[in-house]
Amino acid sequence: MRKSSLLAVTIAVTAALTLSACGSRGDKSDSGTDSASSGSGDGKASTKVVIGVDAPISGSLSALGLGIRNSVDLAAKQANAKNYVPGVTFSIEAKDDQANPTTGKQNATALVDSKSVVGVVGPLNSSVSLTMQKVFDDAKLAQVSPANTSPDLSLGPDWGSGKFTRQYQSYFRTATTDVVQGKFAAQYLYNDAKKTKVYVIDDKKTYGAGLASIFADEFKKLGGTVVGTDHINPGDKDFSAIATKVASAGADSVYYGGEYPDAGPLSDQLKKGNAKVPLFGGDGIYDPEFIKLANGNGEGDLATSVGVPVEELDSAKEFVANYAAAGFKDPYAAYGGYSYDAAWSIIEAVKAAVEHNGGKVPSDLRTKVLGELGKVKFTGVTGPVAFDEYGDTTNKQLTVYSVQGGTWKKVKSGTYGG
Amino acid sequence: MHELPQNLANGLMLGLMYGLIAIGYTMVYGIVQLINFAHGEIFMIGGFGALTAYAALPHGTSLWLALPVMIIGGVIASVLTATAAERFAYRPLRTAPRLAPLITAIGLSIALQQVVWAFYPNAKKALSFPQFAGDPIGLGSFHLQRNDLFLLVAAPLCMLVLAAFVRLTRTGRAMQATAQDPDTAKLMGIDTDRIIVVAFALGAGFAAVAAVAHGLRYGQVDFAMGFLAGLKAFTAAVLGGIGNIYGAMLGGLVLGVAESLATAYVQDVPGMHQLGGGAWANVWAFVLLIVVLLVRPQGLLGERVADRV
Repeated sequence: MRKSSLLAVTIAVTAALTLSACGSRGDKSDSGTDSASSGSGDGKASTKVVIGVDAPISGSLSALGLGIRNSVDLAAKQANAKNYVPGVTFSIEAKDDQANPTTGKQNATALVDSKSVVGVVGPLNSSVSLTMQKVFDDAKLAQVSPANTSPDLSLGPDWGSGKFTRQYQSYFRTATTDVVQGKFAAQYLYNDAKKTKVYVIDDKKTYGAGLASIFADEFKKLGGTVVGTDHINPGDKDFSAIATKVASAGADSVYYGGEYPDAGPLSDQLKKGNAKVPLFGGDGIYDPEFIKLANGNGEGDLATSVGVPVEELDSAKEFVANYAAAGFKDPYAAYGGYSYDAAWSIIEAVKAAVEHNGGKVPSDLRTKVLGELGKVKFTGVTGPVAFDEYGDTTNKQLTVYSVQGGTWKKVKSGTYGG
Repeated sequence: MHELPQNLANGLMLGLMYGLIAIGYTMVYGIVQLINFAHGEIFMIGGFGALTAYAALPHGTSLWLALPVMIIGGVIASVLTATAAERFAYRPLRTAPRLAPLITAIGLSIALQQVVWAFYPNAKKALSFPQFAGDPIGLGSFHLQRNDLFLLVAAPLCMLVLAAFVRLTRTGRAMQATAQDPDTAKLMGIDTDRIIVVAFALGAGFAAVAAVAHGLRYGQVDFAMGFLAGLKAFTAAVLGGIGNIYGAMLGGLVLGVAESLATAYVQDVPGMHQLGGGAWANVWAFVLLIVVLLVRPQGLLGERVADRV
């Protein structure tokens, strides 16, 4: 242990010496800092600050994960191009968690060990976040998730009974929680879509099971009936028996708590199995992949997603244009805007930490960033960005989407009021 | 209970597919006593082979015309993979202790998955499989998916062809002889190496047919689909009596129906609500396996018990 830390220090010192020696000869050694060094002028050394990213970059959820990584990358590049924090050059360090909690924890440890990382954006999955939170909190490293919606992560396990206790001081998120999302979905289904008999299915994961139970409770409170419940295993292929159950239960809609890799085939097989009712889900199914996997049987299916469509916000036009201009191979997907805002909140925190230190980068930047993050306030891609006392976003906008003509179309946007 | 016929039909479809894959496990086991854990991946590669064949056809070809080409494409991909696996991974270990080929099979399974994941275009996500359009064929509350018709015809047909092959042809009888006693079979002039390759190839061919059926039924193929399907098919083979081709089909059917009924009815048993539904179907399937093996350790149709261990 001692030996390896000595080794790390030696490498770091050597690297620093090499870099400072190279400084006068230009920036050929590091292509990532090109834009910033040209902006920061001559002579002044730029501190390299890294924003960590953890998301499922490979595997079945990679469409969402790649959108997160690219959006954070874009935020770092934008900050550099604008020379947003003078004397600081941002770059990213992306880790692939494959939606696996164990891998997520290893990534968290690696990011903590990487000394120039001052904040982390991610992960996508609530179940992955559960294993990462403590690692980050112990290291006083700020974590901002663009997509975690499980209330447990910020409010504690007893939030259902109204007892809120913040779990980790290092945890923040730009996504709205399932409490808001599940209730919003129930209200839409009962009040607007006029459905009264719902069949509730979930995938037993932290996100899916939580969302489904919040939805079911609110739906019953409103006066609707839950005509049956079932659970599936993520990765299951055959849902024909469930389709038969849904059909014979006489449900007029299905609510699914889970993600698109299972939701797409489920929707497909429901309709093939003569249960011709719309499937309604959360932000986990709001993805073009869902429509593809449903083989054309997803028509009329519904999903809620946090925020309002990124394309519709004036604040997001710049993001959409910049994302296109940056030439990323993959779309920004459902969480691109939230990831950009998450990364930008870290950048704002770095800026505040530097300003409060008389324009110089403080030596304990990591702790300082964590201190500043809770106070951050700015207008981001998804609207006003700020965090409440539990680290949750203060932005509670939601939108219902429906599959029409092979794409997700907005049906109704609203701000959840209680 | 009025949906019982529907649940039986769901289970039958699932079971026919398990059975088709299980034949590959059981034939290879019957002849070389190897549990070929890479068979699930050979099934998966059959699906990708069929999809590749479909993509190679001119755009807009009717699925009726494309289907035979897809089956041939899938069979070629599966058979080539299986025979190559036999030649390069298993044959060098023929005389090694039995655990060595088993571990090789597991390693091969992971390797094949990752190769498809890494090199097949867009295979990092599930890929859509062509589908017959149209509503389910209904009869009151009972109905049949259009895409399942293929499985309903193909599986019994495959089974008949296999039975005829094993009973009536020279190669088929040589296979039986090799299964009963490889050393004596060799002394009688049977080229056992060739017989082993034939067993691998036949199993792979049936797996490819199952993969086409899987693609039609679920509308997608993905690189990981072989794992669970392979595990279930292996279970079916053991349930029916490993080494017996009819047992594989019967085991598949029993397993499929058991899963379907467990999903549908266990929930309704008083006090069992938490233990029912789709998430518990696998648990009940394995409970069934354990019960059957307690009563009949050789499986439902297994004849030979521990005759060569």
